[in-house]
Amino acid sequence: MELPRHWRLRAARYRLLGARHRATGDVVFPREPQHAADTWDDLPLSGAAELYSFSVVRQPAGDDDAPPALLGLVRLAEGPLITARITDCRADELHIGMPLEMVTRALRALGPDGLIVYGYAFRPRVWHG
Amino acid sequence: MNEMRPVYLLGAAVTPVAEHWERSLGDLAREACAAALGDLPPTAVDALVVANALAPALQLQAQLGAALADACGLAGVEAWASEAGGAAGGVALRQGALLIAAGAAELVVVLGAEKVSEVLDARREAAAALSTDADWEGIHGATLTAQWALLMRRYMHEYGVGAADFAPFPVNAHARAVANPAALYRFAITPAKVAGAAPVADPLVLLDCATAADGAAAVVLASAAAAARYPGARIRLAGSAVATDRLALHARRDPLWLAAAERATALALHRAGLTIGEIGAAEFTDPHGIAAALALEASGFVARGSAVRHAASGRFGVGGALPLANAGGYKARGDLLGAAGVYQVAELAALMRSPGAPHATLAQCLGGVGATAAATVLVRDDGSEE
Repeated sequence: MELPRHWRLRAARYRLLGARHRATGDVVFPREPQHAADTWDDLPLSGAAELYSFSVVRQPAGDDDAPPALLGLVRLAEGPLITARITDCRADELHIGMPLEMVTRALRALGPDGLIVYGYAFRPRVWHG
Repeated sequence: MNEMRPVYLLGAAVTPVAEHWERSLGDLAREACAAALGDLPPTAVDALVVANALAPALQLQAQLGAALADACGLAGVEAWASEAGGAAGGVALRQGALLIAAGAAELVVVLGAEKVSEVLDARREAAAALSTDADWEGIHGATLTAQWALLMRRYMHEYGVGAADFAPFPVNAHARAVANPAALYRFAITPAKVAGAAPVADPLVLLDCATAADGAAAVVLASAAAAARYPGARIRLAGSAVATDRLALHARRDPLWLAAAERATALALHRAGLTIGEIGAAEFTDPHGIAAALALEASGFVARGSAVRHAASGRFGVGGALPLANAGGYKARGDLLGAAGVYQVAELAALMRSPGAPHATLAQCLGGVGATAAATVLVRDDGSEE
């Protein structure tokens, strides 16, 4: 089932909850054990991002029949770099430096009796707020 | 550290790299161990250090120290397995060397064994992806191949090079494997064939991607006193080091800089009392040209962003200043995952026993995309006694 390990990450996976250092203003994502509450505050990140690099993965892990997937390294507007699926576009529409925005997608289905794990993915930016 | 004892490499052996459908992990381990020991009796072995990455995931077998000691006819001996993904071989070599150096053992077998052909490609990719950060990389579908591809595209962007510029690495690896009877792919390829190969994880193509395969390698490490009892050329394991980086690629301040590789290589050279210019041949974790390029740059062999230019000049081929993939490397010998670091050292030892061979060599292997790096420096003792 692997339920607890995904449940405990829900704030980061669903809301991009990171942390900001009270003195330096440094922003981290994900928040890790060393980012203690006495010096780091929760900070939900905006989801605005830019593409750092990308690949088309034609030999995905765990499923011989899975279609090719777009994988990216994504630079969040607040600074952190993260790994995420790129979605809602074709590979030939991607270029390094292009603006992206966070969306929520199913990341993995853990079998007939297991969770469907949801979390962040990124698509080319369409929302101009 | 001054009282550490010197460590000698008495014997080394590898099994052919292949899809050994008919053979088990223990069977491969036994062949390599017996061949490396040669005439040495099993009773001479004080300890066995096993290197493996995927047996718990693919064979559902853990406790490999006992399992492979048993398979090798060494049951009863002190034994354990080191776990560091693709760096396991180099980590095990360092653990074995430290046993000798500290005076805790006179003779140690370091055994790398990997058996990946039990499952189809997707399950093997998933097992190899256990070396990524499970919560922040693996769950998003990152595989090691995909991560090297991400680094390759960024490298091309930052340094203005093309995918074809990485071709000298796999072309050299295949050229060198032709003479290695244990290699997986004993045929040459051309830059044009690399450029025309099917994509695997863009911009990586099939002929710039290593194939994971089965095999085992063993080296016998000994103290000076134990080594003196046996004839043969003397190769010293002069320095070793292990270093780590942030587990997740994205967590590193500079993803194109393999900081663990930099640190492990510098420490191993320092412990060997050598400078980088004295290394006459090297082996790296080179499943793709980009992996070799980043390891060369971080280790200090070439300047940042210049590795593909040096590769084009022939620097890493036969007759170059730093020949790489001397028995085919990951690309053409095959990717042995946790056993690869032991293969590297066995191959360099064989190279150093040939006429005109370099005096000093370096093996470096990486876990994942460089979260662990292990470096081993070998030096030939040319007749002079300690």
